[in-house]
Amino acid sequence: MTNFEAELQRLTCQHAAQTRRRWLTSSASGIGSAALAALLQGDGVLAGQPEDASDSLQSTLSHFAPRAKHCIFLFQAGAPSHLDLFDPKPRLAELNGRPLPEEIVRKVRFAFIQKESAVLLGSPRRWRKHGQCGMDFSDYLPQLATCADDILMVRSMFSEQFNHHPGQLLLSCGRATFGLPTIGSWLNYGLGSESQDLPGYVVLTSGRGSSGGASLWGSGFLPSHYAGVLFRNQGEAVLNLANPSGVSAAAHRRTLDALQRLNQLRTAEVQDPEIDSRIRNYELAFRMQSAAPELIDLAGESRSTLEAYGVERAQHPQATGRGNVAEAHRTYARNCLLARRLVERGVRFVNIIYEAWDQHSDLNKDLPYNCWVVDQPITALLRDLKQRGLLDTTLVVWGAEFGRTPLGENRKGRAANTGRDHHPFAFSLWMAGGGIRGGQIWGASDEIGWGVADKPVHMNDLQATLLRLFGLDHLKLTHRFQGRDFRLTDVGGTVMQSWLS
Amino acid sequence: MLFQKIVAGILCLSLAAECAAMVCQPDEPKQSSVASPADDQQLANAVRDLLQARCWSCHGAGRREAGLRLDERDLILNGGDSGLAVVPGQPDASRLLQRVRSVSADEQMPPEGERLSRQQIQLLTDWLQRGLPWPKSVLPSAAALHWAYQPVSRQQIPPSPSVDAAEWSRNEIDLFVAEKLSARGIRPSPPASRETLIRRASLDLIGLLPTPEQVQQFVSDTSADAWPQVVDRLLASPHFGERWGRHWLDLARYADSDGYEKDNARPDAWRYRDWVIDAINRDLPFDQFTVQQLAGDLLPEAEPLQKLATAFHRQTLTNTEGGTDQEEFRVEACFDRTETTGQVWLGLTVGCARCHSHKYEQLTQREYYQLFSVFNNADEATATVPTAAADVAAWPPLQLAFESRRNELERELAAAGESRIAEFEDWQRQQRELLQSQQVPAELPKEIQAILQLDPARRKAAQQQSLRQFWYRQQADLKPLAARLDEHLKTQPAKPEITVRVLHQRSQSPRRTFVLHRGEFLNPLTDLEVTPAAPGILPPLTSRSADRLPDRLDFARWLVASDNPLSPRVAVNHIWAHLFGRGLVRTLGDFGVRGEAPTHPELLDWLAARFAGIAVAESSPVSGATQPWSRKQLIRLILLSAAWQQSSCHRGDLQTVDPENRLLARQNRLRAEGEIVRDISLQAAGLLSDRVGGPSVFPPLPAGIAELSYAGNFKWVESSGADRYRRGMYTFFKRTSPHPSLTAFDCPDANLTCLERGISNTPLQALVTLNNEVFAECAAAFAGRLGKSDQLTTEGRIELAFQLCLGRSPAMSELNELRQLQQDLTQLALAENVSVADANAGAWRGLCRTLLNLDEFITRE
Repeated sequence: MTNFEAELQRLTCQHAAQTRRRWLTSSASGIGSAALAALLQGDGVLAGQPEDASDSLQSTLSHFAPRAKHCIFLFQAGAPSHLDLFDPKPRLAELNGRPLPEEIVRKVRFAFIQKESAVLLGSPRRWRKHGQCGMDFSDYLPQLATCADDILMVRSMFSEQFNHHPGQLLLSCGRATFGLPTIGSWLNYGLGSESQDLPGYVVLTSGRGSSGGASLWGSGFLPSHYAGVLFRNQGEAVLNLANPSGVSAAAHRRTLDALQRLNQLRTAEVQDPEIDSRIRNYELAFRMQSAAPELIDLAGESRSTLEAYGVERAQHPQATGRGNVAEAHRTYARNCLLARRLVERGVRFVNIIYEAWDQHSDLNKDLPYNCWVVDQPITALLRDLKQRGLLDTTLVVWGAEFGRTPLGENRKGRAANTGRDHHPFAFSLWMAGGGIRGGQIWGASDEIGWGVADKPVHMNDLQATLLRLFGLDHLKLTHRFQGRDFRLTDVGGTVMQSWLS
Repeated sequence: MLFQKIVAGILCLSLAAECAAMVCQPDEPKQSSVASPADDQQLANAVRDLLQARCWSCHGAGRREAGLRLDERDLILNGGDSGLAVVPGQPDASRLLQRVRSVSADEQMPPEGERLSRQQIQLLTDWLQRGLPWPKSVLPSAAALHWAYQPVSRQQIPPSPSVDAAEWSRNEIDLFVAEKLSARGIRPSPPASRETLIRRASLDLIGLLPTPEQVQQFVSDTSADAWPQVVDRLLASPHFGERWGRHWLDLARYADSDGYEKDNARPDAWRYRDWVIDAINRDLPFDQFTVQQLAGDLLPEAEPLQKLATAFHRQTLTNTEGGTDQEEFRVEACFDRTETTGQVWLGLTVGCARCHSHKYEQLTQREYYQLFSVFNNADEATATVPTAAADVAAWPPLQLAFESRRNELERELAAAGESRIAEFEDWQRQQRELLQSQQVPAELPKEIQAILQLDPARRKAAQQQSLRQFWYRQQADLKPLAARLDEHLKTQPAKPEITVRVLHQRSQSPRRTFVLHRGEFLNPLTDLEVTPAAPGILPPLTSRSADRLPDRLDFARWLVASDNPLSPRVAVNHIWAHLFGRGLVRTLGDFGVRGEAPTHPELLDWLAARFAGIAVAESSPVSGATQPWSRKQLIRLILLSAAWQQSSCHRGDLQTVDPENRLLARQNRLRAEGEIVRDISLQAAGLLSDRVGGPSVFPPLPAGIAELSYAGNFKWVESSGADRYRRGMYTFFKRTSPHPSLTAFDCPDANLTCLERGISNTPLQALVTLNNEVFAECAAAFAGRLGKSDQLTTEGRIELAFQLCLGRSPAMSELNELRQLQQDLTQLALAENVSVADANAGAWRGLCRTLLNLDEFITRE
């Protein structure tokens, strides 16, 4: 009997064990190993038994040698205008004010644009090449531009969803449908969590609520302990973390001790291993009660770090638009710093959601503000991770559900073209760290940014590559649900080998 | 994507091939020198052999290139992703023949190996000409032989395998269970204690704890009737409909909001929820329950409540995000209706066939769209229906009282005004003159002006009345009386009606249904039109009138017809799963070939036949006569079985022989669902409101949660009074930001139908029950409840607390542990300079908090 079979035998708790067995036996060839590693490691954490030989299991059971161990996903919900940030289009600027050729427009659908009178909208931005690789950035992101040589800029992303919520589901779950696990759930399912006292999947938000809401961090058909745990921007770090008023720390500990002994008495009576699991979860909850406040307490961070991220920076004098909600300029900075702290503590997947970029109008006023909000913190994050030697194993993704059109938005009642509509046919997204070969621009959109001209990348391709960086084969990381083996990449997905360092 | 490219490629190739074929044809000899077999069966066999040898490797059950299969006649007729492959009787119009005839390397089929010989092409030509004869002797496919597609069989009740088993068994169910156990040499478990039994039954049937008195009475009543009486009491409880209604609402993906980005509130959603509770409470037979929900609007003389029932399929999501194509999301909702129906009633995952013929099941894409077409002409509409029955009953006297008081006040006013009728006439005259001279008096409302301008003789009575009322209000002496009347008018009782979302059959310009290429709503395959029909593996769907196609009502009736093999099995399995934690078929949503086989196939069929009234089981002294499709009777039957009543203690001897408890040698120990965890905490604390039904409520929600909804467009205005303490199922369910205490305990997100809730065990759950505001409030109220019994000793209070929470007395070890806890918590508080009284009270709160967090408390044993 192998180590993990023995371990599995031990975990004979009624429901959990049966479910586990079903996963394992139901997996097609080659799938079992990753899932098993997840089970054992997930248990190791949930059971508070970090001494399990999970690390060695993980390295032997991964499909490939893993490059990344953590992911920080900077989800710019609402969809930033890549045409004003990452993908310069001089030809578009030349054609500013001209209608799009009819044969292009005829077959496409728009969310808001009136096709008949739509005209192209060039970007007024100033562009410069940065780094040794000569990567283009507009003047909206001057600080990020200094990290060009660490960044893989993908200019040939495309999606088939042009409404926010379906698009966000496609990016998060691999398909624009409900009930599926999100990327962070799959990673924790496949690899387990390394953290002993924090959840393996943490969600941080800035500004207003996103279109997708809780569906962007759900675990779908996977058990709910693979769902993202929302850390909050106000009050306690995690819901229900603080003891009820009047319950001192000592009284709380004393209560938990009594609870544990009473639960043990019940185990002796009914022999249900699920009770042991509950006892361990109460202990993990107890550890979270100190670990989570410790995590969000930035007192131990140096002044220079706090300043680098801009955690306490003053508001921009021209703060405006949908990105300027609930002190987003500070929470975004703080969330970036928290992401680093979470990664340091072994958290597998950190999702930072900033729903701010849906600029159908006032693009030239709102976009610079949003860029100001994010530019400093993301740059600080990349530098900080690099300085601490974490960037090699931490994948940073910055992107959204789609991009924005090269056409000006002429929605009814709006005289001037001041914004851009949704655009799923070609857009940009960037990644860094975690085994990504930085300093390269991948793919290209056509000369006006309408469609992909070279090396198209579907969301499923992005997801397949992301899993590959973690040593997982997207075709093998599956879960049987209602008679079908589901995977993150739905029925698609090609690993972009050239992205790997 | 690769797939799409291939399909697109094939489309182009097909077109090219058609041209090529036209060019080539003149060169092709029309008649081959070698004749095809004259006998249809011989021809069929020859063609099948040819297809097998040259085509099946790509167009067989395995690869299904381009969605095309050539291994069954029906599948050949279905065509592929790019349309029809054959036209019976018209070889030249058949794409299949065009492709094999082609001489272009890019178009020719098969693409590899030798070109088909002239003789082989002639064989195919003749075969197409003669209407695709197909070998008769071929065995049915594995899918067609699958157990779940066979008719529900009448099962003989097995004889008792032993004297012990005969003694153990309580009804027929047990004989089926005992047979399997004894075959493996396993003994069943002893019955659970009476305390456990009544707590288990209460949780299973009404989702609430038994009161200490109910426990006491049952424990002391050892008569044979005691148990059936408990079961009957619970079945008759109004909370039964809540408990089992909630199970159904999981299937119905019920929620109080639209879903998607905007996720607007649906203030009428609760009315359907209450319909479900009521239908289950009055044990509406499952066949009618089904027909009303799927097609209540099509029933003859449909009543408002039958129309309301169709809200089952209005629980689909609505996307009002800016810039959405409404047709896209209408089709999306139809997909959901099709697939939810398949899951809930047929136990089939039909969804795969939305885009391509099902890989494992005998379900083609065409068959999927035949089901889809059942729902394609159901429009989203509204109907006005009565609110709760109680409101409807209460309304007439209220309205009567209102009217009589109104009449009284109006009479008083009229009487007072009577004496001044001349003044009123003068005023009218003056005003009319002013109006005629275009000098509109500023204080005159438009409608009064309009009346004044009418000839007094031609005014309606109501208009004259309005005018008089207006004038009265201007008169100082009449004002108080008029004000009283106005005040009264504001108290008019609301009519007990509500407008609800329902389905309504489209009568004008009905939609045609086509197979949608890859499930894309903009890509109908116009040569693949479909109409409502049943999948080939199931009995045919027929129309109730010969002159038109089957509709939604025919379909609903077909679902619960006596020859449908799936619906009764699936329904029985759901009920079983709620009473054992697992179904007899463990894959609740998958009765197909990839699902698990039933652990007790004979028992499943016996129960299904009995449930559906297929085999009228002889009434037995134990289980009594049966009413077809009665949910309550089926539940009663199961609860009276020895199998259900077994202890749920794990047994060492089962670890190796039956670790998953498939053979039911014991009951299962199950954590309560999210709503129930909260409900029983409130109940133990004495806080729970027992009101059934009504609009959804807003109990405390942690700060920052509602704000997570899109653009902060949602405000959670906390309910006050008893509404803070309603059962969890009444908590307003906002799809994009559901209540976190519910989701922590695996409540479904209501975006898709949920056949089986997870039962996870997580640290976040511990944090909810330890620290959440509501649970802390419960601990405090619970302690207060114990404190009211001044007479009780510490031990007495602990005993009472135990009875209230767990329905049993504490063991000595438990008593000691809690007594020590109480003392230690007191001491800890005293050490922090808390007053003795406060320290003591705090210690009791701590003790209650401990009890409410016990594994046993939130577990149905």
